[in-house]
Parts: sequence; C-alpha cells; structure tokens
Amino acid sequence: MQFDDADRRILRHYLADPGLARAELAERAGVTQATLWRRLERLTEGGVVGRMQAVIDWRKLGYAVEVSLRFTLDKTNPRAFDEFIAAAREVPEVVGIETFLGRVDVRLNVIARDMAQYQEVYRRRILALPHIAEVEALMLIATIKDGEGLPL
Amino acid sequence: MIDLDDLDRAILRALSLDGSLSAGELGRRLGLSQPGAWRRVRRLEEAGVLAGRRVDVDRAALGFGVTVFLGVKLATKGRVSLEDFERAVMAIPEVQVVQHVLGLFDYRLRVVARDIADFERVLRRRIMTLPGVGQVEANVLLTEERRMGPIG
Repeated sequence: MQFDDADRRILRHYLADPGLARAELAERAGVTQATLWRRLERLTEGGVVGRMQAVIDWRKLGYAVEVSLRFTLDKTNPRAFDEFIAAAREVPEVVGIETFLGRVDVRLNVIARDMAQYQEVYRRRILALPHIAEVEALMLIATIKDGEGLPL
Repeated sequence: MIDLDDLDRAILRALSLDGSLSAGELGRRLGLSQPGAWRRVRRLEEAGVLAGRRVDVDRAALGFGVTVFLGVKLATKGRVSLEDFERAVMAIPEVQVVQHVLGLFDYRLRVVARDIADFERVLRRRIMTLPGVGQVEANVLLTEERRMGPIG
C-alpha cells in the first residue's frame, strides 16, 4: 500500500489522539472531512488501521498498584510459551501480555488494588503459571508519556 | 473514587472491544436509551476512567518494522535530576512510552524504529546521549495483546 503526505498527516494526528472528533482531525490534518473519510476508509480496508479500543485508567477504578513482571521461561519445553500465555490469560489482573526477543521472554502487566492484593495475586496466580525459569518485577511509579503516535 | 454498577461495567467491556461504538449503538446493546447511554459514558469520561481511545495500527505497513522496549538505569541519580532525563527523553519522536519504575531499572521506554539499523541509530544518537543515562537493556517486541482486565 502506498501513502502520500495527506495519509501521513492524517495518521500522525489520528494515532496521536484517536478519540478526536472527525471534524477536528480533518482540520488538524489540513484536509476536508470528505477526504478524511475516504482516506480512513481506504486505510481501514487495507488493514493499516484496525479496531479502536477504549483506554481504561485502572488507577481511577481503585487499582493503585501496577507492576511489570518480566519472565524468562524454561525453553527446554517447546510448549512453554503457549502454555504460559494461555494460563496468564486466565488471570483477571493481567491487563497486558507481550512477548520478546532478548533476555526477557514474556512480560505481564499486572494491576492490583493495593500491595496486599498484589501479593495475593502474585503468590497464588502468577507464581502458579507454568514453565517460569525466572521472574523480575518493575513497579510503576509514574507514566510520563503513553502514546502510540508514529514519527511519520 | 467512582462506583460502578453492572451497566457501567458492561459499557466499559463493550468499549474495550470496540471504542468506536456510538451512544445509540451502546444503548441498543444494553437496553438503554441513547441519552441514557451517553450520560453514563460522559460520567465515566469525567471520572477519568475512560481515558481516551487507542487504535490498532499495522506499524510494519507504515514502515516501522521494529518496536523495542528499553530498560534504562540512570548512572548519576544524585547529580542529574530525573526531570532532565524525562524532558530530554520526551522530546525523542521515536519514544512512544516513558515510565518511571522501581526495580532493576529506573525507566521503561517503548521505542519504534524502521528496522534494526534504524533502531541502532536511535539508540546510539538519541538514547545513549540522554543526560545521566547508564546501563540500557533492549528487548525486541514480538507480539502484544491487551486484556480486558478485572471488568471482564
């Protein structure tokens, strides 16, 4: 799929703030609303732009603790990734699952109401996940920037 | 903190799956009037629980084939303020996410690049030259999935 400057302008503003009203997005990207509509439809049909999801701020719902758990898995078992991820999906406090190439194999984003509940989830659900070789925790203090904009 | 009832939770679930739903469509699915659904969405937005929208995008199709998570340790925490580091890192267009964390590293960064060679350029010219930067660990993102979390 080919992109011209208008596509890139639209995507730059759209990805920076996908909740923007269409009229406002068209103005920022410097195109008419009809053009915006056509271009977004083409990008969606081409599979470049996918589904839109709401972002939930868990802290506002009382989940004060957020921890990034980094796992190394026992890779002598060829099913280690699949089984670990399938089991992690069953834990409601897991809000994100990422896999990597590097020293870390899988990262889970885990939320909890407080440290007591976190400890409970960690001991009962997380450490019970299969094929864990090593686990490290990074506790979130503050999110300084969180976006998915691209330098187009 | 905001109290949620079952309808609020149903709205959050529906919008987590499809953030483009209109109030009318949400209302039809949940048996609410259009203004009733709108009022509830508005309340969740005002409470900060609904913190915006995100959109899935095929980064590779747009020329960003590589996403890397960096763990960054500051070498000189006493001398160089965290603010200096944060200000400088925020200005790098390839950096999508900046999180201040507690643990093995001081910061987690999510960085997009065109390819591995481009990533090396960003790492050498932009990241390694940040004020106070010390040890850096890189893990290349292979897959990511967002889970519904405790409202699921």
